[in-house]
Amino acid sequence: MSKNKSYWSGNLRLVALCLAIWFVVSFGFGIILVEPMNKISIGGYKLGFWFAQQGSIYIFVALIFFYANRMGKLDREHDVHEDKSE
Amino acid sequence: MTLQTTTYLVVGLTFAIYIGIAIWARASTTKDFYIAGGGVHPVANGMATAADWMSAASFISMAGLIAFMGYGGSVFLMGWTGGYVLLAMLLAPYLRKFGKFTVPEFIGERYYSKGARVVAVICLIVASVTYVIGQMKGIGVAFSRFLEVQYELGLMIGMAIVFIYAVLGGMKGITYTQIAQYCVLIFAYTIPAIFISLNLTGNPIPQLGLGSMMSGSEVYLLDRLDQVVQDLGFAQYTTSARLSLTNMFMYTMSLMIGTAGLPHVIIRFFTVPKVKDARSSAGWALVFIAILYTTAPAVAAMARLNLMSTIEPVSGEYMVYEKRPNWFRNWEKTGLLVYEDKNDDGLVQYSADPATNEMVTIDRDIMVLANPEIARLPNWVIALVAAGGLAAALSTAAGLLLAISSAISHDLLKGIFKPDITEQQELLASRIAMAGAILLAGYLGFNPPDFAAGTVALAFGLAASSIFPVLMMGIFSKRMNKEGAIAGMVAGLGVTLLYVFQHKGIMFIASTAYMGDMPQNWFMGIEPNAFGAVGAIVNFAVAFAVSRVTSPPPEHIQHLVEDIRVPHGAMGAIDH
Repeated sequence: MSKNKSYWSGNLRLVALCLAIWFVVSFGFGIILVEPMNKISIGGYKLGFWFAQQGSIYIFVALIFFYANRMGKLDREHDVHEDKSE
Repeated sequence: MTLQTTTYLVVGLTFAIYIGIAIWARASTTKDFYIAGGGVHPVANGMATAADWMSAASFISMAGLIAFMGYGGSVFLMGWTGGYVLLAMLLAPYLRKFGKFTVPEFIGERYYSKGARVVAVICLIVASVTYVIGQMKGIGVAFSRFLEVQYELGLMIGMAIVFIYAVLGGMKGITYTQIAQYCVLIFAYTIPAIFISLNLTGNPIPQLGLGSMMSGSEVYLLDRLDQVVQDLGFAQYTTSARLSLTNMFMYTMSLMIGTAGLPHVIIRFFTVPKVKDARSSAGWALVFIAILYTTAPAVAAMARLNLMSTIEPVSGEYMVYEKRPNWFRNWEKTGLLVYEDKNDDGLVQYSADPATNEMVTIDRDIMVLANPEIARLPNWVIALVAAGGLAAALSTAAGLLLAISSAISHDLLKGIFKPDITEQQELLASRIAMAGAILLAGYLGFNPPDFAAGTVALAFGLAASSIFPVLMMGIFSKRMNKEGAIAGMVAGLGVTLLYVFQHKGIMFIASTAYMGDMPQNWFMGIEPNAFGAVGAIVNFAVAFAVSRVTSPPPEHIQHLVEDIRVPHGAMGAIDH
């Protein structure tokens, strides 16, 4: 059971990290900090506007694949993956 | 070939494909019917989820909303995509491991309570039925505008198509048609966007075009747009918030939590073979959704700019009404575009000031539908947009109908009233429930209730304040018990409904809004649409408090929670 415990706490740490990034790019850069961020421009985009309408979505996609990949590794490290025989 | 013929041809062709798939993908077991046999590849499931998720509202209305709201429209872009992050990390893999057919089934077993299951069924049906009304209207409208058939006839054709593949194939038929529908709708959305981006900026990728300079000038497109709208007295496009930043925060949060809690999206993740597929499939779903959602802001800004420069080509020089383009005439016929010559000069003056503005009505749905015409694109592109709008509405309607019918046949009939029916009887019951759900949705499409307009927001509020918290706590808290979960659901739902009804009217009948729809009465300036997040917080808090003062869940439930937290052993769990 302690094996499963450390697996679960590893999962929780990973989720916390991912959700922190999720929060910062959308609610942080896209809403709360949008005014200071808008003082910076990349190409024709104001940066805050870019995060709100483009950037946060790209980062969401990357986050899910990052999570799926890291969890796959965690599953194997703790030997709880689905491919092992019963 | 005329536009009419081309449209009939393109739409007819897509319908033939959907029916072909229906015949090929018939369901022969309840497992086929509810979860497509549990063998859908994660990328295929991602594509089907994207079609399931992107409704007539995403396809037709969203870019129009953003076009007139500018930065404020970001709440929809972030809210309707960010929910997938929550889904992938907090719900989908664990519910897949649990390995059953419906969302209320999980709630019933985890909280060892038929009462909790019934409450979940009610939330699911209310959220899904309100949502499906909008899709039915979308189908009728798309038919009547593009194929010039009656609204009612259009609705009936749409119902007949869904009937064939949903009743015959259940989740299996729906999944494979949704994949085809995704392809149709994404082509229909991106091709006009590519042409328009190329015209305006010389860059064929709309996501980059939006940040580029206008062709043949040194001015950035967004700077030009800011300039043009401000000249006419509108708020600056790239900075105009929706009400306030606090409100935007809460609205985005409500849409994210609501998205993760909508049952018709969650059940899509029951169809993949493994827990790890559920994780990656959420990523693929978001990839396919992001293609449309990152194109939408470009479509919005470019359509707004095109509209402005048609009406007022050079600052101070207005379009002569008699020389208006064809698309202008066409949309005037529908009443979605209305011009009133207030100063009798025969020119079209458009401004933010209601006293002098002569473009009395510009329906925001026009922005996507008329976009190819405004940009003078060929007929086949316009026909494709019609087929795309229909694909978006049909795919979402089918997914919602499956969630409704499986809640009735699996949760209510098999789970509560008649647990001893055989699989063949349950399969028949699920087909009858599906047929019934289609007829109900069709009836509501013919006679849309007065409260239809406000109900999609209500669906998200319900999902956010009731379903999401109870699922998340069921996985992440071993201590959460039956009493806490039910109290939390009732409290979250109660607070949300109370707030919506007191400002929008009981069942959206405006005269019963006892606090009036007045922003000064809003709690912390939060609009009723954005209140789901508050409902979710109330749900979590009440559930936590109640569970601490009542007895912990029985031993076997704590083992169940431990079991769904690890992927190992999922293959065996799927068979009932």
